[in-house]
Amino acid sequence: MATIRDIRRRIRSARSIQQITRAMKFVSAARLRKAQERVIAARPYARQMMAVIESLVARVGGGTHPLLEHREGRKIELVVITADRGLCGAYNTNILRRSLEFILEHEGDSVALNLLGKKARDFFRRRPYAVRKEAPAALQSPSFANAAAIAGSLVEDFTSGKIDQVWMVYNEFKSVVHQRVVVERLLPIERPAHAESVPAVEYLYDEPPARLLDHLLHRHVEAQVYRAVLEAAASEQGARMTAMEAATNNAAEMIESLTLYANKVRQAGITKEIIEVVSGAGGTGA
Amino acid sequence: MALPEKIDLRIVTPERQLFSGLVDHVTVPSTLGYLGILPGHAPLLAELGIGNISYEADGRTEYITCAWGFLEVLPDRVIVLAQTAEVASEIDAARAEQAKLRAERRLASKNPDVDFTRAQLALMRAAARLDAVSRMRHRPVLLKK
Repeated sequence: MATIRDIRRRIRSARSIQQITRAMKFVSAARLRKAQERVIAARPYARQMMAVIESLVARVGGGTHPLLEHREGRKIELVVITADRGLCGAYNTNILRRSLEFILEHEGDSVALNLLGKKARDFFRRRPYAVRKEAPAALQSPSFANAAAIAGSLVEDFTSGKIDQVWMVYNEFKSVVHQRVVVERLLPIERPAHAESVPAVEYLYDEPPARLLDHLLHRHVEAQVYRAVLEAAASEQGARMTAMEAATNNAAEMIESLTLYANKVRQAGITKEIIEVVSGAGGTGA
Repeated sequence: MALPEKIDLRIVTPERQLFSGLVDHVTVPSTLGYLGILPGHAPLLAELGIGNISYEADGRTEYITCAWGFLEVLPDRVIVLAQTAEVASEIDAARAEQAKLRAERRLASKNPDVDFTRAQLALMRAAARLDAVSRMRHRPVLLKK
């Protein structure tokens, strides 16, 4: 049977773990708020950009822009966005599992991986898959410039024919407690749905529309990557906050049950001593 | 058909939305030069260069330095999708001044390693920022109607 000292030691360690998890929860909560603001702030741009592209395509037709073109080739690049750190519940596991599923689903094709985040790198390092690129610290400062650089190299490889499709796996930020793993095709770009109301008026361009479309589509890819990175960053903080909250609660529960146990042990000890005293006294007095 | 009196203007960058509201007119730096847009302008799609967007709302003119992006004028609204943009009041004038000097030095140097285009663009950005700041300072005092 555990001595009371052992139990007290366990209570102490549970308490200090609880302090750490609680602190981590607060840190995540603060980061989450910032990340969430960034996700929300980035939405108008992506939305307006899509609207501009739609109206332009509706007027001039997408034609045969290379970024809109589906090719027969089977060279797929999968961009996997994970966190740099763990302690965020099933966040990373979900993404990595989904990536493996994706690779299995596309067995006939050659899937190359483009890994963002340390966890993805660590996971695939020990597995026999072709890793084309890795950027372990890509998410530390999710700036548009970083995302644009990633998007730029993807677009370049796509247009030069090194790859025929680009997909992204990341966690979409639904709410603090809810993140959803999404698999999305980045390239070729989904042909925009035709805008329902095309103004029948004469339209002015300061440059050939084809060139404008080209520039717009490039920016669009950058905005998509940026959005994915922001969503992933916010989800990570949300997942960590939830996980740390659960850990803090578990620690509280554990402390409670250990305290109860410690008291029982203490009482049992006292009872035993009393019995000893009483039976000792009975032995001499009778 | 009567022309609208105001423009519904939206200025967004990938990082945030800088402005959304009704304005009397707006001037935008396209790659081919400044475009002035009044209510009822014909639909237009243009690319932005480096320079200052200015718009007038409630008799007050605001300046936003921007670099690259797109402008779309639609019958009911005007959208500015800027790659980077900052409101004049947020600009650090001292930093812009330094950037300008640095770019000028680069351009003046005979070192073949200097990326001439980059320095030139940096100079344009810095000059646009300083311009926005000085216009902001010297804008006419708002008169109460």
